Amino acid sequence: MGPVKIRVENVSKVFGRDPAGALAKVRAGADKTRLKEEMDHVLALHDITLDVRTGETFVIMGLSGSGKSTLIRHFNRLIEPTSGRILIDGEDILTYDAARLQAFRRRKVAMVFQRFALLPHRTVMQNVAYGLTLDGVDRAEVLRRAGEQIALVGLSGFENSYPAQLSGGMQQRVGLARALATDAEILLMDEAFSALDPLIRHDMQMQLKELQARLGKTIVFITHDLDEALLLGDHIAILKDGMLRQVGTGAEILASPADDYVARFVRDVNRGRILFCGAFADAGLLPAAEAPVIAAEATLEAAFAVFASGAQMVAVRNGDGRITGALTAQRVMEALARA
Amino acid sequence: MTSGFPEVWDTRAFGRALDTAFNGIVATWGEPLEQIFLPLLRAINGLEKLLQLSPWWAVVTAFCIVTWAAARQWRPVAMVAAMLVALGLLGVWDAAMASVALMLVATLLSVMLGIPLGILMSRSDRMRSGMLPILDIMQTMPIFVYLIPFVMLFGPGKIPALLATIVFAIPPVIRLTDLGIRQVDPEVVEASRAFGASRHQQLWTVQVPLAMPTIMAGINQTTMMALSMVVIASMIGAGGLGYQVLQGIQRLEVSRGLIAGLGIVLLAIIFDRIAQSYGRRVQANLHRESE
Repeated sequence: MGPVKIRVENVSKVFGRDPAGALAKVRAGADKTRLKEEMDHVLALHDITLDVRTGETFVIMGLSGSGKSTLIRHFNRLIEPTSGRILIDGEDILTYDAARLQAFRRRKVAMVFQRFALLPHRTVMQNVAYGLTLDGVDRAEVLRRAGEQIALVGLSGFENSYPAQLSGGMQQRVGLARALATDAEILLMDEAFSALDPLIRHDMQMQLKELQARLGKTIVFITHDLDEALLLGDHIAILKDGMLRQVGTGAEILASPADDYVARFVRDVNRGRILFCGAFADAGLLPAAEAPVIAAEATLEAAFAVFASGAQMVAVRNGDGRITGALTAQRVMEALARA
Repeated sequence: MTSGFPEVWDTRAFGRALDTAFNGIVATWGEPLEQIFLPLLRAINGLEKLLQLSPWWAVVTAFCIVTWAAARQWRPVAMVAAMLVALGLLGVWDAAMASVALMLVATLLSVMLGIPLGILMSRSDRMRSGMLPILDIMQTMPIFVYLIPFVMLFGPGKIPALLATIVFAIPPVIRLTDLGIRQVDPEVVEASRAFGASRHQQLWTVQVPLAMPTIMAGINQTTMMALSMVVIASMIGAGGLGYQVLQGIQRLEVSRGLIAGLGIVLLAIIFDRIAQSYGRRVQANLHRESE
C-alpha cells in the first residue's frame, strides 16, 4: 500500500447561518438533534479523521443522511469544511486561492456523479473532452485523449451521440471517461453506480476493478450498498450521522464490527463472497496429494464449486505457492455461520 | 375628502415641486440627451430607409434567409414569405417597414441590455430582490405615465418612442434569462465546477446554453411587446402602422384602421414564427431522443 494521498484531519461541517457558533456548541456537548431544534443548524460531519493511501480504492459507506456525499465534496472543495484540514500529497488544499483551486480541479482530481451530470447539449466526445477544453489543451490533443478514453470504456462509435440517446449504463461510462480524460490522480465517485439497474451495475463494478488494476488511481468511492463496498474497497469507512464509526478492510469489519450499528449493518452480507479461503485454512490438516488446490485469496464462495464436485478436502495454497493447510466443507460452513 | 382620510402632508405642493424639478432637468439636460441619442435616431432612420427603398422582393428574400437560419425548415420560411406578400397586397408596405425598423432596434437594444441584466440577477439574490420590484413597476405602470416625460425630454419623435418601447418590452427578457439560469440542473453546474470551470466558463459552457430555450421565450415575448408598443408610440410621432391606426380613429375611417391593424397582426405572426421555430430547434438539441 502506497503513501498517504489524502489526509482528512478533524473535519467538521455545519450547515446554517452561523456554522462556527453552532460548532462551538457541539464542542460544548450539544448533539445533532439539539442543534437542529435550538439553532436550526445541521451537523453534517463531526470530527472526521481518515487517511486514503495512493493507489487504493477507499469506500465511504453510509445510508442517506449519513453525510457521505458531503464528505466527498470536501476532497475537491465543492463544499468547504467548517473546521479541520484536508491534505492532499501533504498540501493543505484549504489554503489554495481561486486560481490554484481551479488548476487542482482541472488536473489532479476528477469526479463521477450519481445522476451522471453530463452536459445534455454536447456530444459524447465533447462531454469527455470537457475537462481538457476547460484547461485550454489544444484541439488535436483534446480529440486524441478524449478518443482514447471513449475507447477505454467501450463507447467507440458513439462519439457523436448525445447523452439522451444513450442508456443509463452508457451515460455513466461517458461520465467515467470524462473523469479519466484529464488524467487526474484522484477519482471521486459519488454513488456512481447507484442509479443503474443491478446487471449493469455489476458490469460497471467489474469494469472499474479492471480499469483500476491497470491505472492504479486513488479512488474515493461513495456507496450505500455494502456488497458494492466490500467488492470494490481496499478500505471501507462506515459513516453514520456525520460520524465515522469504523475504518478497516472488508474482512476486518466483518470479523470485528466496532459497534452495534456496524454489526447490524454487516449482518445480512453474503460472507461467502467476502471471506477468503486463506483465513480459514486449517494448518493442522494435511490434504491428500490428489486433493484439489485453491488459492488463499480465493473467496469461500469459489470453494463451493470444488466441494460440489465431490471433493472432501481442498488444499489451500498461499502466494508463494506453498500449501498452508486445508479446508473441509464443515469448516467453510462454520465460517459462514458465524454471525 | 368624503372618506375623511386625514391630509398628513401637502400633496399638491409636492406635485408642484416635482414638476418644477423635472422642468429643470428638461431645460438643462434636454439638449445634451438629444445629442447622445442622435446615433440611435440615425440607425433607426437608416434601417427604415433601407427597408423602404430596397425592392420588395429583396426584403422578402432577406426575411426568408433569416427565417431559414433560425428554423432550418421550409414551412416557416414559406409562411413568412406569404405574410410579407400579404402586407404588400394590403398596401401598407412602407408603414409596416417603418414599424419594423423601430421594433427591430428596440428589440435588439432590449436583448443587449436585458440578457446581461438577467445574468447578473441570476447570480446575486440581492440584485434579484432589488430588480424584481423595478420590473414589476415597469410592467404595471401605465405607459402614458412615462411616455409624457420622455416626450418632454426629447420632443415628439422616434427617440422617446424607442425608449418607451424598451422600458415596456425589456422585463420579459430580463426575467426569463434570470429564471432560465436559475433552473439549470444544479448537478450539471456542480459537475462543471468539479472539473475546474471558472465562473465565466460555467456561464458560457453550461448555464447560458441550458437556459437558452427559456431565454428565447423571453426574447420572443419582448419582440411581441415591442411590436404592440410601436402602435402606441405612433401617437408621439413615431409613424408606421400605428400612425395609420391613429388616423383611422381620428377620421372615423374604419377601413384604414382595420387594414393597418391587420398589418400589425401579420408582423406579429412573422416575428413570432421566426423566434418560436428557433426556440424549438434549440430545445430539440437539448433533449434529442434516439431515432
